[in-house]
Amino acid sequence: MLTLDRITKSYRVGLFGGSELQAVRDVSFGIERGEVVSLIGESGSGKSTIGKMILRLLAVNRGTISVDGVDIAGLSGAGLRDHYRRVQGVFQDPFSSCNPIFKVDHLFGLLRDVYFGRMGETEWRAKQDAAMAAVNLEPGQILHKFPHQLSGGQLQRLLIARALILDTQYLVADEIISMLDASTRIDVLNLLGDLKARGLGILFITHDLSLGNYISERTVILRRGRIVEMGATAKVFGSPIHPYTRMLLASVPHLHDRWGKDGVAAEAWAVAASGDTSEPCLYHAAFPAAARLPGSEPPPLVDVEPDHSVGCVRGDGGGRC
Amino acid sequence: MSLQVTDLRVYYRTLAGDVKALDGVTFDVADGEIMGLAGESGCGKSTLGNSLIRIDNRMRYVAGRVVLGGVELPLLDSRAMDQFRFSDISIVPQYAMSALNPTRKIGKMIAELVESRGIAFRDLREELERRLQLVGLGPEVLDRYPMELSGGMKQRVVMVVSTLRDPTLLIADEITSALDVSSQKAVAQTLVEFRDRGFVTSMIVVTHDVSILYQIADTLAVMYAGKLAEKAPTDVMMEEPLHPYTRLLVSSLPEIGVRFAEKRLSGIPGAPPSLLNPPAGCRFRDRCPLAFEQCVEEPPFVEVEPGHSVACWKAT
Repeated sequence: MLTLDRITKSYRVGLFGGSELQAVRDVSFGIERGEVVSLIGESGSGKSTIGKMILRLLAVNRGTISVDGVDIAGLSGAGLRDHYRRVQGVFQDPFSSCNPIFKVDHLFGLLRDVYFGRMGETEWRAKQDAAMAAVNLEPGQILHKFPHQLSGGQLQRLLIARALILDTQYLVADEIISMLDASTRIDVLNLLGDLKARGLGILFITHDLSLGNYISERTVILRRGRIVEMGATAKVFGSPIHPYTRMLLASVPHLHDRWGKDGVAAEAWAVAASGDTSEPCLYHAAFPAAARLPGSEPPPLVDVEPDHSVGCVRGDGGGRC
Repeated sequence: MSLQVTDLRVYYRTLAGDVKALDGVTFDVADGEIMGLAGESGCGKSTLGNSLIRIDNRMRYVAGRVVLGGVELPLLDSRAMDQFRFSDISIVPQYAMSALNPTRKIGKMIAELVESRGIAFRDLREELERRLQLVGLGPEVLDRYPMELSGGMKQRVVMVVSTLRDPTLLIADEITSALDVSSQKAVAQTLVEFRDRGFVTSMIVVTHDVSILYQIADTLAVMYAGKLAEKAPTDVMMEEPLHPYTRLLVSSLPEIGVRFAEKRLSGIPGAPPSLLNPPAGCRFRDRCPLAFEQCVEEPPFVEVEPGHSVACWKAT
């Protein structure tokens, strides 16, 4: 199991790094093998930062990320290589993930140099072909081409194949289909579903709620670095509790149900800007600030039903609520 | 009829030859109509939007007529087009957020823009502030630099500026793609409100996101490989599409409530043909489940019902 335990990350921003931006605050959740967890948030919510921290591309400030009980923070050398054997990432723009002056076999070659130095040619070929077959690509038609000769969907599937060639157990998929066309994106999404069935744990990072809903078992909704609501996808989408989740769901354009005419543009803009309402806060009803012991910090979320929890309505956990 | 486009062909010049990005497109947009234009990347939808306002030097105008409000647009003569741009036909570009001059305050930039068109900024200022108010921006944004505004705010400023002269036709090119869902909804509703208030007579909204178009467009046009595949009122297009490409496209869209575990959607196998040397006949036939012998001839884009046109032998 891949576990995130109360992780926090801040960036230095501004001229000379004078001020601090809290990109991720007190985030905990886990990914089991054989499930897809979608991490949904708007731009600036910290969703990509979480993906990068799992891939050890960024260090956490506080909290721990562990894979099967092993904290990844201290890994180096062979230990880190082992981490990447098990946890791999695929990113938004397939073209910028490839060096345009090399043919795509180069991608596999690099991997072989690092991880499979002793493997024989025939064995390597078989492994490579098996990974390509898993993503429905024909090796003969793809491998001798340059990245620009492939379509976005093909290249994205190739990058997934590259990630799978190791003994990958967890895949961080960061907005991997937002650059693809409607006719091909669904194939990549279905591919994630098939990989899940083969025991891969997938963190599906997206801003698109309908895609997250389609593919994932569990959903985590992130806002300004905090989890506002998480749980089983059917529960989060079926009975959303946090006003922010509800606002997001109401903004999604549906295909068979039109937005009401009520939304005058100026009001819609106000909703987009705030997202806050004057609703009662379940979180602070459960953890009243007055009853808090000095020095102790309550968990960031409160359970409302099995496998469905919600954060503070105001989003700021602290005294304002 | 506010816009009539007849057999428009615009190619891109490349070293390897002409890329036939827009290869014979014919359609009308009625007064007050919001036409959604959808298609995969590289199908020519942005080329269509851009060529109505400016044929740049990478593009080669080959044939076709564009009539806007009864007047034929001089597409080839960029100078002559200037009297139509901004006042009769206007565009909110794909990268609206970087369309603002970073070295000028917003108000100064707009003043320079309208004065270059021979209009006194003083006469427009009141109307400008009223419209900014409509999209939730106060007059103080005019004293800010673009970098002080968020992406959504810049998008709104550009939308207000583009429609300031009440153009007959507004082209909105992928204006929701870079925004968060909540801002997306607001942008989409702003477009409808601008039409309802008469700031814009008709609109062509170009996007790959069919679900946004379903929300706001009166009619939908779907392009495939440089040609129009189908155009119909939005509801007809979603419920009873006739072109096999439209059918497959509509059935591949995930929506809230559809789960992989319960209902597996499928994409369209294959890829669109290269537009450098597109095959003769129907360009979708290699991917089409219904293709038969006649498809090697090019299907005409014909009206099968009032307001519903389609280019497919099987549908006609």
